[in-house]
Amino acid sequence: MFENVAILSIITFFPLIVALTLMIISWSSKTQEAKDQIAANSPYVALIVSSVIFILSLMLVFAFDPTTAEFQFVESRAWLGGGIEYRMGVDGISVLFVLLTTFLTPLCILASRTSIKERMLEYMVAFLILETLMIGVFCSLDLILFYLFFEAVLIPMYIIIGVWGGKNRVYASYKFFLYTLLGSVLMLAAIIWLYSFSGQQLGAPTTDMRVLMRELEIPLGAQTWLWLAFFASFAVKMPMWPVHTWLPDAHVEAPTAGSVILAGILLKLGGYGLLRFSLPLFPNATMAFAPLVFTLSVIAIIYTSLVAYRQNDMKKLIAYSSVAHMGFVTMGIFALNVQGIQGGIFQMLSHGLISGALFFCVGVIYDRMHTREIAFYGGLVKQMPIYAVFLLFFTMANVGLPGTSGFVGEILTMIGAYQVNPWVAAGAALGMILSAMYALHLYREVVFGEVTNEKLNDIQDMTRTEILILTPLVIFTLVLGVYPSLVTDITAVSVEALIADIQAAAGPAALGGQ
Amino acid sequence: MWEKIILFFPELLLAVTASQLLLFGVSPKAGRATVVRYIGIAVLLIFAFSGFLLGMPSGTAFSGALVVDSYSHFVKLVIGLAAAASLIFSRPYMEAENLNKHEFTVLLLYAVLGMSIMASANNLLSVYIGVEMQALALYVMAAFNRDSLRASEAGLKYFVLGALSSGLLLYGLSMIYGFSGSLDFNRIADVVEDGASPGMIVGMVFLLCGLGFKISAAPFHMWTPDVYEGAPTPVTGFFAGAPKFAAMCLIARVVVGPFGGIEDQWQQVIIVFAVLSMFVGAIGALAQTNIKRLMAYSSIANMGYALVALAAGGQAGVNGMLIFMSIYVITVVGVFACILQMRIRNGMVEEIKDLAGLSKSNKGLAILMSLFMFSIMGIPPLLGFFGKVYAFWPAVEAGLVWLVVLGLIASVIGAFYYLRIIKSMWFDDVAHEFVEAPQSLRWTTIVCGLFILPLLLLPFTAIPSQGFIAQAAASLF
Repeated sequence: MFENVAILSIITFFPLIVALTLMIISWSSKTQEAKDQIAANSPYVALIVSSVIFILSLMLVFAFDPTTAEFQFVESRAWLGGGIEYRMGVDGISVLFVLLTTFLTPLCILASRTSIKERMLEYMVAFLILETLMIGVFCSLDLILFYLFFEAVLIPMYIIIGVWGGKNRVYASYKFFLYTLLGSVLMLAAIIWLYSFSGQQLGAPTTDMRVLMRELEIPLGAQTWLWLAFFASFAVKMPMWPVHTWLPDAHVEAPTAGSVILAGILLKLGGYGLLRFSLPLFPNATMAFAPLVFTLSVIAIIYTSLVAYRQNDMKKLIAYSSVAHMGFVTMGIFALNVQGIQGGIFQMLSHGLISGALFFCVGVIYDRMHTREIAFYGGLVKQMPIYAVFLLFFTMANVGLPGTSGFVGEILTMIGAYQVNPWVAAGAALGMILSAMYALHLYREVVFGEVTNEKLNDIQDMTRTEILILTPLVIFTLVLGVYPSLVTDITAVSVEALIADIQAAAGPAALGGQ
Repeated sequence: MWEKIILFFPELLLAVTASQLLLFGVSPKAGRATVVRYIGIAVLLIFAFSGFLLGMPSGTAFSGALVVDSYSHFVKLVIGLAAAASLIFSRPYMEAENLNKHEFTVLLLYAVLGMSIMASANNLLSVYIGVEMQALALYVMAAFNRDSLRASEAGLKYFVLGALSSGLLLYGLSMIYGFSGSLDFNRIADVVEDGASPGMIVGMVFLLCGLGFKISAAPFHMWTPDVYEGAPTPVTGFFAGAPKFAAMCLIARVVVGPFGGIEDQWQQVIIVFAVLSMFVGAIGALAQTNIKRLMAYSSIANMGYALVALAAGGQAGVNGMLIFMSIYVITVVGVFACILQMRIRNGMVEEIKDLAGLSKSNKGLAILMSLFMFSIMGIPPLLGFFGKVYAFWPAVEAGLVWLVVLGLIASVIGAFYYLRIIKSMWFDDVAHEFVEAPQSLRWTTIVCGLFILPLLLLPFTAIPSQGFIAQAAASLF
């Protein structure tokens, strides 16, 4: 369908171009009224643009050929010279993340239209730029280009948290920025090393992922360091225990849509990075460190679930539950078998939908009451029956109820981990029980019981817009839960190729127990 | 004859016009200062592009005292443009502060003349003449606002410490001369190739320390914050760009030219400078509230990053240093053009908190300033990121991975204070309404902002400009 069109570049840069155009139009308009008019209309522009992008990426997924593990829709252009080029392409692993990004962005914009009160234009511009950068991360096939997008995400996110965030927003935005920056500069050092090393081994330095994955053979000692450097960056982004502490702060302070993007997509950058870079580039180090990652994942699952139970703030509770769910992802990925990695990808996509939806749900009552204190609420089911249904659905999906996508992801990662180490799977299973504990606790406190707080007496149920935002999320969660092959068919070939690569690099015997 | 004149035409042009403008400017007629300024800008632009205008000549003049090659052409290009930008953005400030005197232009031209000699120096004497000529002009410029106590203090401090550094430099030069028996770089290189005596190495270390003062590399950085704060803002903007670039390029020429044979010796000195500068710059800036002082520490840190590239040695190292420094100069010009717009009804303000709420009161300026800050922090997709990549790449290639990791950690520490400026502009409430800035300032900022953002990243500009820099670096070897 897209033979002669640079479709990935269009999907990636169209939001950016619109954002710049909006800014320029606003600048060049003389009067204050005109500026206000543009600001008031900017959400509609952003909504239309991001919907068009969603449709385009949907077409991209339909045009995508799931029977090959090769990168598709590849673009390659001269850029900086010296082997650093503009290379884009998607395979089975990345194409669905593009779709997830373009799917969540219009919903976020729709949700922000009413909840953001000031500086609407800047907000929309920041969101469109953010969309460009996130799609770019998933599409780039060049290390420098990838790093460019990966790191640039910090700029709009820092601004979004800091400008439209809650009371403690400055602290949260600093913490978010510096934490993730510290992680990623180490990766930059590793990228520069790889660039230099590829020059020595292949004759000409290059940052082309396809060449590096296929041809570069990195000595074991170096692999260890490089793996650690990449891991530092991705672990902070994921975030993994013990470097997860920026996440609850960032989530609590960010505006609703910011939290959705943060949980829905930014956290996936880490898992995606592990799959795209750490596994194929450093297969031996990946195996060597798999037990470490397992340990960290299980600690994350159990520990953060317990922490989540003790939270008073709804967003913090969901944030900690995100850390726990990301633990399933890393556990699955490092099981290094088909079920594990498929499960990891599935869990990331499903968590993107579910946690995004949960943050929307929190946003709904926050917009009405301006507090996220769990103790403030109670008995909402009497005033907001529709809301209670939606929240119940997503709470159950978060726990991993069969029939929802959460179940598929967790069960797949656990099957994967069980084949490698039953104890790890057992730990994760314990985490599932704990997740039921905190999620049901949240639901009971907020929705059931007596209406203890007088202020809640005239709370309104969900508006049509809010229902419109949450309905697609419900549908996708259900569809993926009932018919997971939609995802796994697309990812299967790429995942198998990835595992074959690792086995070829490390020798089949190294993947003990299979 | 004519071929020789062409070789030192840029210096000749500056010397003649500066002297003539000095005479022309003394006339009591009003408005002469402005005319002088415009002539100065024109001369600097001709100077900057002289290499292109004259068809890239190369050779040596004055019996080998000056060398002209692609390297010197490139250095003069950057210096000329930075100096011209300083003249452009200084005008509104100088007029408002009642300092619009023609001597400013003349001094700046002389300083550029000194830097130009530094760029072409091929002989110990021309090193000294160049360094002193620019330094003497800069001392006076630091104290240009002579009625201001702070400016006089800055000038005096700069002079005393600068004199000390000249002493070190001269001592080093005399040692080198004593142990090699020649002033000429090529002769010294031959002597060094045969084996450097300890005396020669001591001389080299003194030479590097003297030049380290000029780039404000730690541990010779103490003058920088005070001078930056006290000097009039446009002068500070000039200090932070062109002189640093010239001195850094001189260091590169000296270490790979005469001392190319003892790389393992000077590499240690450069590494010490680099590590100290990066961390002094990053940590020292944390507590600053004055934006000019903060930029002083930022420049110390940035010199450290440039030295990381240089420490790698070789053509790749010089290349990385040139790319990094050029990007740094663009950023600094832009930042100071922004700082010069921080003017309220009662005069200039220069505290970080004065920037509060800028994104509400002056969105354009806030966006540009944020871009510069993110760029100097090294966040992609801005140009500063590529500066760091190209500065650190040769160091990794040379096996100095630990140095690069230290540099990156320092840049994370440094990110904190740049973020404070951005935080002030975007997250806080409006502190002041700045008065509307004159067109010239606005355009300087916008042009620099365009450079930082996309212009140099497009393939059709990125590859040729890199080729030009690579050619400049290659001509040293």
